[in-house]
Amino acid sequence: MNSSVITFPGSNCDRDMDVALKKFGFKNKMVWHNDVELPKSELVVLPGGFSYGDYLRCGSMASKSRIMKSVINFAKSGGKIMGICNGFQILVETGLLPGVLLRNKYLEFICKNVFVKVNNKNNPYFKDIKKDTLELHIAHNEGNYFCSKEQIKEINNNNQIALYYSDKDGKINENTNPNGSIKNIAGVFNKEKNVLGMMPHPERMIDPDLSGEDGSIFFKNLINNLK
Amino acid sequence: MKIKIIVTLKKSVLDPQGTVIQQALNGMGFNDVNEVRQGKFFEINIDEKDQSKAEEKADEMCKKLLANLVIEDYKIIGSQ
Repeated sequence: MNSSVITFPGSNCDRDMDVALKKFGFKNKMVWHNDVELPKSELVVLPGGFSYGDYLRCGSMASKSRIMKSVINFAKSGGKIMGICNGFQILVETGLLPGVLLRNKYLEFICKNVFVKVNNKNNPYFKDIKKDTLELHIAHNEGNYFCSKEQIKEINNNNQIALYYSDKDGKINENTNPNGSIKNIAGVFNKEKNVLGMMPHPERMIDPDLSGEDGSIFFKNLINNLK
Repeated sequence: MKIKIIVTLKKSVLDPQGTVIQQALNGMGFNDVNEVRQGKFFEINIDEKDQSKAEEKADEMCKKLLANLVIEDYKIIGSQ
């Protein structure tokens, strides 16, 4: 199973993602933002970080970089693309995913473990995950998901909401919303469900000694579903 | 030609930075300030002598990069 992780100037979770993908059996290649063509891949990952120093808007400059033309074509041909944190911000700036990520409601950088409730398991990313909630790590300043009223209706109707911030038992309310996201949204799909963007970092939860193992569950499941 | 553009958050979008600035101004004694909205300002030099063509290009730049139309409005406030 081949994967590619794109490194932009300012990406800083690219290596962690490389380690995680390889740990669970992917043959991963690192791809530089200025490259033109993607290597043959079944999965492309846009990693977390601060691409282009978050200039203009988070993810906006990266969304126009050279490699993104190939990434967008890959998405349009049904290729699986996953954007984590800054990668999520890049995907909304390309228009592949709906909405936008605003500054956190209380203007704080948030760095902590949270629980997320899986809303849609009818896709290769979450199919066969037995747990309803996962404990994952978030670290962001702009994770406050926002979209227009019409868009929220549309993504609801198309079952595009992937993850909600919740408590351990899957309860979704204001107390479990870390950043002000509309409806506690932590991750969304495109209409076709081949593109996923999420703020939490599964690659930070793959070591039983350092963190939890819910990231391991995610990656093991993902590679099985892509086979 | 030099083109000036401002980009602001749409009225329907919460602007927490603007709110904090307003509170700071109130705290400094500017008690009559009841709202602050923060935005961005761009000054773009373009090799185009025709004003309407230059503004047309600036409009395209706003739509494609300078503003995110999900949350922001833009206005070309001058060209000379």
